[in-house]
Amino acid sequence: MKMTVFRLALGLSAIAVLAACGGGGGSDSAPTTAAPEAAAPAPAPAAGTGSIAGLVTFTGEDPDAAINMDADPVCSGMHADGASGETVVADGGNLANVFVYVKEGVTGSYTAPAEAVLLDQKGCTYAPHVSGIQTGQKLVIRNSDPTLHNVHALPVNNPEFNQGQPFQNMELEKSFANPEVMVRFKCDVHPWMSSYMGVLDHPFFAVSGSDGSFTIEGLPAGDYVVEAWHETLGAKTQNVSVGDGALAISFDYSA
Amino acid sequence: MVGSTSRGLHRFAVGLSLCVVGLIAAGGLVKSLEAGLSVPDWPTSYGGLNPPRWWEIENVRAEHGHRLIAGTVATLTVLLAVWAGRREPRQWVRRIAYAAVAAVLLQALLGGLTVLFFLPTAISVSHAALAQLYLCLVVTFAAVTSRQWLMKAAKPPLDGDLRPAATATTALIYLQVLIGALVRHTGSGLAIPDFPRMFGGWWPDRLDPSIGIHLAHRLGAVAVTVAVVFLGVRVLRSRSGLGGIAVAMLVLLAVQVTLGAFIIWTGRAVLPNTWHVPVGASLLGTSWLLTLGVWRGSTLAAPTEAARSERAAAAA
Ligand SMILES: [Cu+2]
Repeated sequence: MKMTVFRLALGLSAIAVLAACGGGGGSDSAPTTAAPEAAAPAPAPAAGTGSIAGLVTFTGEDPDAAINMDADPVCSGMHADGASGETVVADGGNLANVFVYVKEGVTGSYTAPAEAVLLDQKGCTYAPHVSGIQTGQKLVIRNSDPTLHNVHALPVNNPEFNQGQPFQNMELEKSFANPEVMVRFKCDVHPWMSSYMGVLDHPFFAVSGSDGSFTIEGLPAGDYVVEAWHETLGAKTQNVSVGDGALAISFDYSA
Repeated sequence: MVGSTSRGLHRFAVGLSLCVVGLIAAGGLVKSLEAGLSVPDWPTSYGGLNPPRWWEIENVRAEHGHRLIAGTVATLTVLLAVWAGRREPRQWVRRIAYAAVAAVLLQALLGGLTVLFFLPTAISVSHAALAQLYLCLVVTFAAVTSRQWLMKAAKPPLDGDLRPAATATTALIYLQVLIGALVRHTGSGLAIPDFPRMFGGWWPDRLDPSIGIHLAHRLGAVAVTVAVVFLGVRVLRSRSGLGGIAVAMLVLLAVQVTLGAFIIWTGRAVLPNTWHVPVGASLLGTSWLLTLGVWRGSTLAAPTEAARSERAAAAA
């Protein structure tokens, strides 16, 4: 039986028809607006008067290649001069986007601040790229872009979620019940998009700025283990003794 | 109205078979782009029928496009079943069409569930495995409604009974497709990074689950190659009228092995990584067609009373 089964032309044209008949209108649901203007991570005032102020340093080549955003013309259109990666943001020997937090030694319980943490999707990147939040604190995830994103959180100690935000200015609210360093967020539409959020049951954390500096305030005097976490360069810990004043420490990520 | 098998129904089934291969290709593209979760909801897409600008955004185009093609192919499968229900005289053939409908609906459900549960390996692999069975059902329908099946006896094979070889080859290819699905959905495609060598030697000097799955797929490729070449050559020698399918199967084998090599050499470039899926499905499909043909040929070579009356009924 030779099978008229391989009538390729017929089949291929059928596939072409299928491919062509995909179009159609979009759905229109009103974007949500007017959510509270969320503040950056702002740990609530605590009992202590101690603080840790420090610097994260790094020498070496910034390995981040330019990101090609051609997979979504709206994204590439917002970065006419090219978009740069955020994995290692080093400026004059200082390293940004390092999450610094008190890993051990915190006693007592700290209620989450009323202010929400904002995770924005802007220019087809996450802002901020690295952040921290307290357990139970409100997280507002916003899409500021005129394109769609899906927000896919990949926690281990908290429930995974993946939600779409098809329209500009849409917002959704989340929170994490359990501490976890770090929760990764990604967008499956734009594979270059990722963000990391440290979830802690206390407010003693900070993220290094573009000058490499960070400050953890309101810490009761005592002995602590402080950890610095970077997404590609890894984690480093230090034992510190905090008194009533400011303690200066530094983390060096130089190769 | 029930009469003789409609020629149009057969042609429709042939076209649908190729559409299913196209649908499998679209599914392969989704995995190659890692776009499976780029549309996070199901059965809606971003809360509606079509996400805004879905056609312009690579990953959404892949995932949403896969859903639209799937919806179309599922609808065509329902049409096939309705048509068969009205025009196909043989109940067992009608049942093949109904089974294809059940398969494609279950397949859609698996596709939806894997999105909603963030692509668990078990559901994604099941989705890939059922896709092949669905294709084989539609191919079977096309085969058993063909004129060759209904009217003409395939000449009996000249060098013995090919049924065991054909059946075993099809089973082996299906097993290899399952292992391939496991390679894809456990991210083991580059677990052994070089080809044809493995970590510089001819046998891996280390082993973990990913490497094991990957190695099984390479060994499976060797086994499938031996089986397909053996079967193909025997079918060609037998001059049984199945030579065209045997040639197609051998060509698909060569293409498939080449694509597999290029997946490694290009570090899983989207193009070879995607085409490896529909070509594998087509290889399974041709081997299954041969198997059907060989079994049919044997039946017709020594017609039983049942086969004779069935032929008479079908030709009437
Ligand atoms: Cu995105």
